[in-house]
Amino acid sequence: MGSTEVTLCGVRLDNPVIPASGTFGFGYEFAELYDINCLGSISFKGTTIEPRFGNPTPRIAECEAGMLNSVGLQNPGAEKVLTEELPRLKKVFKKPLMANVSGFSVKDYTAAVEILDREDAIGWFEINISCPNVHGGGLAFGTSCENAAAVTAAVKKVTKKPVLIKLSPNVTDITEIAKACEAAGADGLSLINTLLGMRIDLKTKKPVLANKAGGFSGPAIKPVAVRMVYQVYEAVKIPIVGMGGISTAEDVIEMMLAGASAVEVGAANLAEPFACKNIIEDLPRVMQKYGIDNLKDITGGAHNG
Amino acid sequence: MKQEIFKITSNENIAPSVYKMVLAGDTSDITAPGQFVNIKLEGFYLRRPISICDYDGGSLTLIYKTVGGGTENLSLKKSGEMLDLLISLGNGFDTRGSGDNPLIIGGGVGIPPLYALCKKLISEGKKPAVILGFNTKSEIFFENEFKNLGCEVFVTTADGSHGIKGFVTAAMDKTDYTYIYSCGPLPMFKAVNANAKTSGQFSFEERMGCGFGACMGCSLMTRNGAKRVCKDGPVFEREEIEWEALK
Ligand SMILES: Cc1cc2nc3c(=O)[nH]c(=O)nc-3n(C[C@H](O)[C@H](O)[C@H](O)COP(=O)(O)OP(=O)(O)OC[C@H]3O[C@@H](n4cnc5c(N)ncnc54)[C@H](O)[C@@H]3O)c2cc1C
Ligand SMILES: Cc1cc2nc3c(=O)[nH]c(=O)nc-3n(C[C@H](O)[C@H](O)[C@H](O)COP(=O)(O)O)c2cc1C
Ligand code: FES
Repeated sequence: MGSTEVTLCGVRLDNPVIPASGTFGFGYEFAELYDINCLGSISFKGTTIEPRFGNPTPRIAECEAGMLNSVGLQNPGAEKVLTEELPRLKKVFKKPLMANVSGFSVKDYTAAVEILDREDAIGWFEINISCPNVHGGGLAFGTSCENAAAVTAAVKKVTKKPVLIKLSPNVTDITEIAKACEAAGADGLSLINTLLGMRIDLKTKKPVLANKAGGFSGPAIKPVAVRMVYQVYEAVKIPIVGMGGISTAEDVIEMMLAGASAVEVGAANLAEPFACKNIIEDLPRVMQKYGIDNLKDITGGAHNG
Repeated sequence: MKQEIFKITSNENIAPSVYKMVLAGDTSDITAPGQFVNIKLEGFYLRRPISICDYDGGSLTLIYKTVGGGTENLSLKKSGEMLDLLISLGNGFDTRGSGDNPLIIGGGVGIPPLYALCKKLISEGKKPAVILGFNTKSEIFFENEFKNLGCEVFVTTADGSHGIKGFVTAAMDKTDYTYIYSCGPLPMFKAVNANAKTSGQFSFEERMGCGFGACMGCSLMTRNGAKRVCKDGPVFEREEIEWEALK
């Protein structure tokens, strides 16, 4: 049987499959269903310095082959995540965790990272820069090279753990942002976050989401994600965690061929709570089918030369 | 919570656009009436949450109204077909503090989960009274089912075509009650709350991503902080609900 082992920024993973932030809570709901130690890692719910309720409901809308969400980063705040959620998660999951952090100013990010940095079980930080910058006219950090670089550099100063920057796809040229983060010291990149979308209810003739627009994810966005991972792989030297619509072992391999060293699975967990487990169990079969002995060798395999 | 494959044993139309489906499978995970299932349907990305109307050791009953593609799809299922369900989701109703004469108030397709609740209350030796609210006579379902349990049943119709004319609140002073259990649309909840003389529990609906607590899609702000309708609810106590904030 082939090996599914990969490494991400020097940390070893049994397999490349990581539930994506916001779709797996703090893990323990899934631990009721299966032993979540089969996962490569877990990217836990986006954590901010202050507790947040998020946006008004309805904040979920179904789409063809996917969904919109406008949850708006509901979380109990970094301190409570550290003292309440992570101890609970660590009881059911024994591997390095990925800490997903969000903020609305550079200081928000560094303050939350400083708190979470005290937790040894955190293997990587994943910095979500798709949030609006309150000091930058509300434009997302991830849509400007300057802001993205500023967050990256500031976070790098407050932690010694590897820092992945999670990129927004809602930009003209994602490779420019990727390069700016790499130059500012990022150890890796995660992509993609959700695409901005909207659905309108024909009965009420109004947007379904109270927030009007929301983040689009699920199988429908996979080709966009594969294209962006492919482009970013050619633009930077740091490792990439690829995500967007992954629901099968074949999808994992496609994303890795595009350039990902590991992958995240998001919306699929909501529709099918066993999604990650099923993918992991199916990987050896699909690897064999496509003549892959070592999964880690296929990263970027779709590129010439 | 568990994922289980159930076999449809019947799926029949019981009122305009309202269907009753009986499924056979392992129901041992269900802990309280008022819990719900989340149904996977081919061709739809998200599952569909439907309350458990009744259950015993090897079967469960769902009552649903066709309001869109998913429930239309469900209505076309034939007996013998299999369904992939996440079962026993949510907290369900707590019958401990109900007193001897709880009042059950259901509106439209909010009625189903109250049936298993009613059975449980009776099995505990209590004497529930029931108010079922509909718009008009042709929409009425489950009046006899509740009567057959032996409880006093008041039916209200908005147009007066059957039973008491008006909304469910028109029947609330017809009986002395010790507690309220309610499920139905939000405007009904507000009216019930405004007329309520006792504590009670209300079962909420919200658009759901997962139905089992993972996505934070369904949150409701309560007096005790943010709660997930799917996991911490769908049943909330009258005292914890932020009534003024409900849209
Ligand atoms: C806990 C709970 C229990 C429920 N119990 C029952 C029941 O016993 N009987 C019954 O008839 N209905 C019940 N509903 C409502 C039922 O879930 C919706 O009518 C159904 O999801 C509509 O799907 P659709 O594809 O037909 O409609 P569409 O409008 O096409 O659905 C589009 C999306 O919106 C969601 N949605 C639409 N209406 C609702 C709603 N009212 N609540 C939550 N999500 C909605 C759907 O799930 C889907 O994701 C319950 C809802 C919840 C949350
Ligand atoms: C309900 C929901 C909540 C999410 N919350 C977060 C979050 O808190 N932080 C974050 O970086 N990404 C969040 N995301 C984005 C996902 O992590 C992922 O990047 C995106 O959904 C694409 O993957 P998918 O198509 O597999 O879902 C969320 C996605 C969904 C569906
Ligand atoms: S629907 Fe996902 S948390 Fe309630």
